[in-house]
Amino acid sequence: MSLEIKTNVIQPRRHTYDHIAKRLGADKPASRYQEGTWDLQPTTNFHYRPTWDPSREIYDKSLTAIEMEDWYSFNDPRQLYYGTYTMARHKMMEAEENHFKFINKSNMMASMNEAWQQKVKEFLLPMRHYEWGANMNNCDCSDKAYGTAISQVALFAAMDRLGIAQIISRVGLLLDDSTGKSLDQAKVDWMENDLWQGVRRMTEDSFVVKDWFELLVAQNLSMDGVVFPLFYQHFDEAGQQHGGAPMSMLNEFMQDWGKDEKRWLDHLLKVTAAESPENAALLSKWASVWTDRAIEAFTPIASHVLGGGADEAMTSIRMEITKRAQKSGIEI
Amino acid sequence: MAEKRKKKLGIKQRYSMLTRGLGWDTTYQDMDKVFPYDNYEGIIIHDWEGWEDPFRLTMDAYWKFQSEKEKKLYAVIDSFAQNNGHLGITDARYVNALKLFLTGVSPLEYQAARGFTHVGRQFRGVGPRVACQMQAIDELRHVQTQIHSMSHYNKYFDGLHSAPHMHDRVWYLSVPKSFFDDARTAGPFEFLTSISFAFEYVLTNLLFVPFMSGAAFNGDMATVTFGFSAQSDEARHMTLGLEVIKFMLEQDERNIPIVQRWMDKWFWRGTRMLALVAMMMDYMLPKRVMSWREAWDIYFTEAGGALFADLARYGIKPPKYADIATKEAEHISHQAWHIFYNYTHAAAFHTWVPGKEELDWLSEKYPTTFDKYYRPRLEYLDKEEKAGRRFYNDTLPMLCQVCQIPMGFTDMDDPTTISFEVSEYNGDKYHTCSLGCKDIFDYEPAKYVQAWLPVHQIYQGNCGGAEVPDVLKWYNFNLGADNLEYNGSPDQKLWDEWQAHRKKA
Ligand SMILES: [Fe+2]
Ligand SMILES: [Fe+2]
Ligand SMILES: [Zn+2]
Repeated sequence: MSLEIKTNVIQPRRHTYDHIAKRLGADKPASRYQEGTWDLQPTTNFHYRPTWDPSREIYDKSLTAIEMEDWYSFNDPRQLYYGTYTMARHKMMEAEENHFKFINKSNMMASMNEAWQQKVKEFLLPMRHYEWGANMNNCDCSDKAYGTAISQVALFAAMDRLGIAQIISRVGLLLDDSTGKSLDQAKVDWMENDLWQGVRRMTEDSFVVKDWFELLVAQNLSMDGVVFPLFYQHFDEAGQQHGGAPMSMLNEFMQDWGKDEKRWLDHLLKVTAAESPENAALLSKWASVWTDRAIEAFTPIASHVLGGGADEAMTSIRMEITKRAQKSGIEI
Repeated sequence: MAEKRKKKLGIKQRYSMLTRGLGWDTTYQDMDKVFPYDNYEGIIIHDWEGWEDPFRLTMDAYWKFQSEKEKKLYAVIDSFAQNNGHLGITDARYVNALKLFLTGVSPLEYQAARGFTHVGRQFRGVGPRVACQMQAIDELRHVQTQIHSMSHYNKYFDGLHSAPHMHDRVWYLSVPKSFFDDARTAGPFEFLTSISFAFEYVLTNLLFVPFMSGAAFNGDMATVTFGFSAQSDEARHMTLGLEVIKFMLEQDERNIPIVQRWMDKWFWRGTRMLALVAMMMDYMLPKRVMSWREAWDIYFTEAGGALFADLARYGIKPPKYADIATKEAEHISHQAWHIFYNYTHAAAFHTWVPGKEELDWLSEKYPTTFDKYYRPRLEYLDKEEKAGRRFYNDTLPMLCQVCQIPMGFTDMDDPTTISFEVSEYNGDKYHTCSLGCKDIFDYEPAKYVQAWLPVHQIYQGNCGGAEVPDVLKWYNFNLGADNLEYNGSPDQKLWDEWQAHRKKA
């Protein structure tokens, strides 16, 4: 059907939705991120209280001690909504998939020296459980967060962590000829090996943290602030002298992901701390407590892999977290 | 365990390793503290490993499939906007169906996203948690793609500008809102029974097929495309719905009566909400797809019948009052349209009396009831409107305490008598529209007395003021544009203008 009609008679009557125009300060074209994010979450006139926790409303600002005048002050600097999110992740995954294919085809894992293969099994594979914990925690933050802007970044992060846990598991399957034995052993290590008990205890303690913003800081700033540089930079470098090139390729997804996480997280912390000295104080308290814990929990594994170099690595990691926090207005 | 496994993993084992293998039983913190909400409903689970993964999708595959679908969908949305696709629809009256969808249904997609995120954290079984998380993010997809496809319509038509604000406030939108609030405030197993099973599995075809085929018939390519694009998501959601039911029923026979009661409840609550879809199908589509009655017969009586025959081996019976709902299929669309025709000055969409050919179609589709009960009334209203006396009802209706629909539905054996039921709780009387709603109230009165009933709230002065125009301003209606009769509305005038220019061109 041809639509021959002079364009001047079909002028738009408005350029975006009312609530979007209100936030933009004028009726003007809005981005898909804005229309797909702002004010989606219901805010009032809830019909019933949760039977699983009658002390709260379905969406409730009081689930964190952080207070914001407007919970949409934070906007994802990556501008991710579902469509752009899946496209961005697919692109990262496509590259990772090519690495898997290449390594598989060229039997490259075998070029890694055997002792290092064993090391990788010991330090990396139990991390699939850590990533699953990170999935649970981000899912919890997404569930309890107020407003769509934060809830959706946490949901994306939760799904990403499941993805990373699966990538790590696939590394195990590459190392054990797809029998799954290495993954069984990694679980035994996670549950029983002394090296891992500090990390597991910290992870399980985080599961019962009540305040979702504290949990977000604990997981994404403190724990991940240790994990991503330690496992995917320091351990990666340590592997170089043992033929660790295939691991470097496979670490790429996690390296990129770690950078991507910093982009939204640091901005979120900055916006939240800038809101009030009370917020900044809470964030500082949480970041201090959990960063200390995370450093302590991961030190045995750092020593196991880096030996005498562990102290230096942990010191530089601590400095990096402190510097990032400072840039966001948080003192650790 | 590590010793026994020598062979390569099969696909199913591999998937299980990549998902369920990730979880563990916590020991530093009590499992009941980590998962505090999954056992208070009385559902007994002996073995979470008994959960059969309803679909096996790892994240790499998920990102791949979904991003491909999104790419195609947004290409269509873009070209729809560039080519002024809204001019290709059959008639501007059609857009009123979209108004109902964007204000009534899209916010439910958001609620679904948050609800599945909640249960995606709260079940202690890893299998159900992963399936729920994937549905959570799918539902975020649905609300966002709907908002993005309708963004173009919002630029040219009224009534689409404030969906989230209206959903939280407007009287008839409390029907879908309270439905979802009810599910979200229930425990995780009831949530899945209500949304995944009753809604996604049993009733979804009655919601999405009508809307999407309605869109296709009426030239709305944007809506058709997001509807089709969501279908493979929905297929996954349906398998999750069926799996959760089987899982509960297979775990312990003491679960059976609980599941049966939830099925009865959510079937009824679902059919009540679908009254809005029924009137959309029979009245709001300029080019009709099939009648509500026909849709009911195909998608509930036939498909639902087969499903419940299958569930009989677990001791599950078809939902209570299914027979009444089937009788209602003959009347509900006409009665709902009548209610909105009466109150369209307080609604963010237009109503009208169907044209003669459309009335003939209804007579043909409802041979035993339409001419007898509904056609004369519509013809009378039409005459009044043409004589400049368009009828609006200025009183506020009483609402059902449970489904929150105005008490305008009749006894189905006697369509001239309004049906209502009364319950007492703590010395107060509460009114419901039907036996189905009364049962729901009586089982959990402490829950339903909390309902935020729009009419009560207006009377209590919580909705912007004492006069109807104050309330409508509080709803953020553009008076004289969003509301009232279709004939003479700005939507209609502009549409006619566009069509006139088109003829000249
Ligand atoms: Fe959906
Ligand atoms: Fe769905
Ligand atoms: Zn009712």
